[in-house]
Order: sequence, then structure tokens, then C-alpha cells
Amino acid sequence: MSGKILYSYTGIFDTPDQIIHAAEKAVEEGYTKYDVNTPYPVHGMDEAMKLKPSKLGYVALIFGLSGTLSALLTIWWMSAINYPIVIGGKPLFSFPAYVPIMFEVTVLSAAIMTVVAMLFFFFKLPNNSHPLHGTVYMKKVSADKYGISIQADDPKFSESSVRKFLESVHAAEIIPIYWDEEEINHQNKIFEPKFIVFLAAVALITSGVTYFSFNKLMYMVPFNWMMDQPKLSAQQSSPIFTDGFGMRQPVAGTVARGYMPYQFKGQSDIAGAKLINPIPVSKESLALGKTKFDIYCSPCHGYNADGASRLRGQFPNPPSLHSDKVRTWTDGRIFAVITEGQNIMPSYSSQLSVDERWAVINYIRALQRALNAKESDVQ
Amino acid sequence: MSSSSVEYHKKELPSKVRTIGTALFAAGLIIVALGYVTDPVRSAYNNIVGLTFLISVGVGSLFLLALEYVAGAVWSTPFRRVTEFLAANIYLIPLIAIPLLLNVNTVFHWTHPDPADKTMINKAPYLNVTFFIVRVVAFWLLWLGFYYFISKNSVKQDASRDQSLSKLNIKLSTIFIPIFAITISFAAIDWLMSLSPKWFSTIFGVYYFSGTVLAALAAGTIFIVLLNEKGYFVKGLSSDHYYSLGALLFAFTNFWAYIAFSQYLLIWYANLPEETIWFIARWQGSWKFISVGLVFVHFVIPYFGLLSQPSKMNPKRLLTMSAWILFAHYYDLYWMTMPNFGKDGVVLGWMELGFPLLIAGLIMLVFNFKAKSQNLVPIGDPKLKRGIDFRL
Repeated sequence: MSGKILYSYTGIFDTPDQIIHAAEKAVEEGYTKYDVNTPYPVHGMDEAMKLKPSKLGYVALIFGLSGTLSALLTIWWMSAINYPIVIGGKPLFSFPAYVPIMFEVTVLSAAIMTVVAMLFFFFKLPNNSHPLHGTVYMKKVSADKYGISIQADDPKFSESSVRKFLESVHAAEIIPIYWDEEEINHQNKIFEPKFIVFLAAVALITSGVTYFSFNKLMYMVPFNWMMDQPKLSAQQSSPIFTDGFGMRQPVAGTVARGYMPYQFKGQSDIAGAKLINPIPVSKESLALGKTKFDIYCSPCHGYNADGASRLRGQFPNPPSLHSDKVRTWTDGRIFAVITEGQNIMPSYSSQLSVDERWAVINYIRALQRALNAKESDVQ
Repeated sequence: MSSSSVEYHKKELPSKVRTIGTALFAAGLIIVALGYVTDPVRSAYNNIVGLTFLISVGVGSLFLLALEYVAGAVWSTPFRRVTEFLAANIYLIPLIAIPLLLNVNTVFHWTHPDPADKTMINKAPYLNVTFFIVRVVAFWLLWLGFYYFISKNSVKQDASRDQSLSKLNIKLSTIFIPIFAITISFAAIDWLMSLSPKWFSTIFGVYYFSGTVLAALAAGTIFIVLLNEKGYFVKGLSSDHYYSLGALLFAFTNFWAYIAFSQYLLIWYANLPEETIWFIARWQGSWKFISVGLVFVHFVIPYFGLLSQPSKMNPKRLLTMSAWILFAHYYDLYWMTMPNFGKDGVVLGWMELGFPLLIAGLIMLVFNFKAKSQNLVPIGDPKLKRGIDFRL
């Protein structure tokens, strides 16, 4: 054994009672750098070795609570601040609806972080070699024996005294464990070919099963029954109604809430005479009008409503809105054109709500005033 | 190893158990009597809280007893008698139920349905006085029957050490558990849910069941810890036994919260008037504070009180938390019942004290009475030795 360094003295026992006794005695003797190896967790060992309770519980607690908190803050920010949508008439901040998610995130983050902390912090995972690996001692204690290993760097260690101690607690076998310089600095490779093949196999099986279940299994009986549901989809016919249509017309003579039908279809002059702009000119209305004008009107009429747009030359030239004709039109007359379209211009009633159309008109008026200012504007 | 090797010397309970029990019982009885004279309707509602609480402790204990047999649990055998003594409260259910049955018309509005009210007329085949009393009696007889035979076998085993009695009890328990599941659900519907007869919640039976088990566990734990600390059991019961009791209490605290929240969330989400009415009634005036308080009393405080491992092993903490959980269950039943009486705000006065005192006294007296004639440890049970040696 020359050139070898003594790592520890190990004792092997036949029964769990003996190993507990040995651990108790080791504590009494004052050994600090020792460990016990058993094939399964032996009850009462923590107490015998006077181990402090694991700190792992705190990891679970801290990460569990931070999971709760981050879930709460995330949902609150998403559904009440960043993208507020009223769902089911509930307030934007609906705590009861958050609870299941908070619970799930708590469990998830506590569980994952407990495992990660256990592997990398408590088990020091990338470190995958140990002097006891591959020894006869380890083979025995991982099958049917119970062992104690007292390390040579223990301050109380001396070969004779430890041997005497192990004999005094009736060890069935006493084995010294040696290692050498090379072994001390040895690290097993993490990416062994076997491991890589294992990873690849897992990836292959997972993706194969996923592909099979999403693309094949779902189309087999009985799973494909879910695709045929007795519900009504939009644009589908339905045998329930005598006319065979699935979608219904509004009840005759009714108007949907918050919606005013356009009364002057094909009568733009009457509309011009009768419709009055209900939206007063204001900063907000002009801002809204500019936004909508820039989106929907400017591609043809140009940003300044002078007809100078990027489409000029490709179509019959779109007219300037600064002509005398448009300037003398009433707001209602312009409204009629936006609503119904004119010549090559289509209707914009589905893109622009009634209020938005009036806001666009306010903005057009402002553009017109900018080119044809009155004396009073200068002052 | 034969169970005869367990050393057990029976110690009589101190006389103060009887003294305190009698005092509580007498005080409770006087308050209840005065209450029934001054305000019979309010007293009848209090009576429901008291009765359901007694059912919780009595029938819940019988369930725990059956569970031990069915699961083949070993760790709870050394103090199984405590659970048996608590289950003996089933005998007293009629004592608390009779004043209520005399007032059945004032408390349960389904007893006199409005003929124009179609919903109530449709519910009448189930909710009528005759069938109600039939159910109450039938359930009580079932509970009593199973209690009688299971505890008789258990006591007989003390002397005969006959292992076949354990097998017999396992059979009885196996039959009892499904019966328990059905009877306790319907008892919850009859006594508590039918107080607002138009309201319904499909999870209500489970909700009451979770409280039942919690109350039975808490009541048992109080006696177990007190008796064990004073050395009334056999030697060798360790913190592992305490830990298991604490873990069960903790688990059922969470289970209760899970069920309670499930009930609330679904009703809150769907927002259907016929379902929300129950929670709206518990949000009127000062009931709001009782409702919010329930979350803390029944979940948050016991949860953090029992969360850490040492707190489940510490007898003092376990005792405090068990007493608290027992109180929380009474609070829960009060919260379920009393808003049907005081619709505008919390009803709390000397009258509400009557039934808790009366029932606490009754439980102590029953326990004392049973402990006189029976051993506190089932010395004939073949599992006893292993139960004492139980380590986590």
C-alpha cells in the first residue's frame, strides 16, 4: 500500500441495532468526521448521530413563499394593470381567482427549488466522485450490511485507537480505505457516452410519444369523438331553426345597446344637412382623430390631407381634402362619405366607430384650418 | 412478541375531571334553559350549532376508530381508547337533538312551505318533517350500532386477548366507513344546509366531513396529550406519536381549507343568484368580519401554528393548537348556522355560551364515566406493543 494515503477506517456491522450503537459510541468518543452508510434509512440514526435537522425545509419555505408572492404580483400586474379586461363581470383584481394559481406556483417553485438545492447545494452534485466509491465496503453497505467510516482527517484519528474503537463496538469486519493523489484529483466525466445515449433516448421517446399522441392518437376512436360536438359554430347551419341558419338575425325593430344604425344610406346630402357633429373639439378628440386618420386615411389622402401620399400615381389620384368643395362641406357630409364611401373609396364604417369618425372629422378640420388660416387665427 | 409484555397499571382519572365537567355542564344547562325561556328561536339555532358539534366529535371519533382498524394503523393503538371514549358521545345525541326536534318548525322553514313556491313544493318529498325525523333516528341508530359493537369487541379483547375480535372489528369498520360517508353527508344537508332550504352546494357534505374529522382529531389530541404528559398511558409513547397526530391535524386543516375554498370559488365564479345567496347572507353587516375571521381562525392560525416539524412534536404547542382547532370548528358551525337567525349582523351574547359549555361538560363527563369502567389502554390488542415501539 505504499504511495497510498489512508482515507478512513471502516467497520461493517450485521444489524441496524449494532450500527445505531456504533454511531452513539462514535459521538461519545468525540469523532466528528465520520459517516454511516446503510442500505436504507435506519430509524433513529439522526438522533444517534446527533445530527441537526436539515436546513432543506427553509429552502422549501422561502421559495414556496416567494412563489406565492410572485404569482400574486404577476397576475395582478397582467390582469389589472398591463392588460385590463373585465371577465365575467368580476373586478380587475379578483383575488379568489388568483388563489389556485398562487397555490400551484407555490408548490411548483418550492418543489423544484427543493430538489435543485438538494442536488446542487446539499449533495454538491457536479462533484461525483468519492473515495468510498468502488470499494468492497460500499458494495457491502449498499446491499445487506451496515457500515461506519471514520475519516483519517478527524482530529482524534489514529489507526490504533480507531481500530480499537471499532473492535469495542463489535464490528464484524474492519477495512481501511486508501486512496492516492490521482484519485483525490479525479473527477468522473459528466458527459459519459452512456449518459449522452441515455439523454438522446429520453428525448427520442418523449418526442415520439408526444408526436404519436397529438397527431395519431387524437384521431383514433374514441379520442376523436371530442371533435364532433353538438354545439353551434359560427357560419354553420343548424337543424334547430326552420330556416336552417345557425346564426340569428336581430329581432325585428330592435337596436343593439350602444349602437345607432346609420339612417341616411345613399342620401349623403340629407345626411350633410341633418347630421351634427356631437363631439366637441378637444385635445383628446384631436389626438384620437390624428391616430385614426394616420392609420386609415393617410395612405391615400396623405398625412396632411393634401393627397400627397405614397399611393399617388398608382390609382386615380386621391383628392386633396383642402379643396373648396370639402372645406365647405358640413361635418355631416364628410361623415356620410366616411360611412358609405365614395367613388373608389370604400366604406370605413367597420374600421371606425361613430365617435372615431367624428374625431377624424375634427382632425380634418384642424388640418384644413392649418392651410387656410383665417386672420383671427394669426392673432 | 405477546402483548402481555406491555406493562400497564390503571390509574384513576383525577376527581377534578368530574368536578370541572359537572360545573361546565351545570353552567351550560342553566344558560340553555334560560335561553330557551327568553328566546326559543335563537336558542334553537344555537342548539343546531351544539348538536352538529357533538355529532362532529362523536361520529368523527367513530370514523377515526374505524379508520385505524381498516388501515391497520399501529401508531394510534396505544391511545385508541381515547377515541373510543369520545365516540361514546353518540349516546348523547338525542339529548341535544330532542329540544331541537320540538322546535323544528321555528328553525327549518321547509316545514311549512308556501304552496305557491314551486321550488319548495318540489323539494317537499325529501324535506318534510316525517322523513326528516326518520332520517335523524335512522342515522343515529346506525352510528350507535356500529359504536356499540366496535367498542364492545375492543373492551372484550382487554380480558380475552382474542385476536379474532380485531378481525371482527376490521370487518365492522369496513362496512361502517361507506355508511359513515353517506350518513354524515346527509346529516350535514339535513341539519345545516336545509337551514336555507333553497340554497344548495354539492360539496357541502364533504365540507362538514372535513370539519368533523378535524374536530374529532383535535378533541382526541387534547385528551391524549394531557393524559400522556401525566403518565396515564403506558411508558414509551414518544414525540413520533405526537408528530403523527400533529401531521394529521395539519393535513385536515389543509383539507378543510381546500374544500372550503373550492366551495367558495365555484360559487363566486359562476355568480348564480341561487348559489351566491348563502355567501351574501354571510356578508351582511358585521357577519363580514366573522366570514373573514373564519379564514384566519380555521386556516391561517392552525396552518402556521403546526407548520414546522418541532411544533408538531411539542406537547404544549400541540395542546394549544388542538384546543384552537376545536374552537375553530365551533366557530365554523356558528358561521354556518347563525346568519340564518340574525340576518343583519352578528348575534353574540350570553345565550351563545350555553351550548359550548354544556357540550364541553358532557364530553368530559362521558370521558370520565368511560374511564372509570374501562382501561385507558387497549391492553389486549395485538398491535399494542408495535404501537408503543412506533418510530417515524
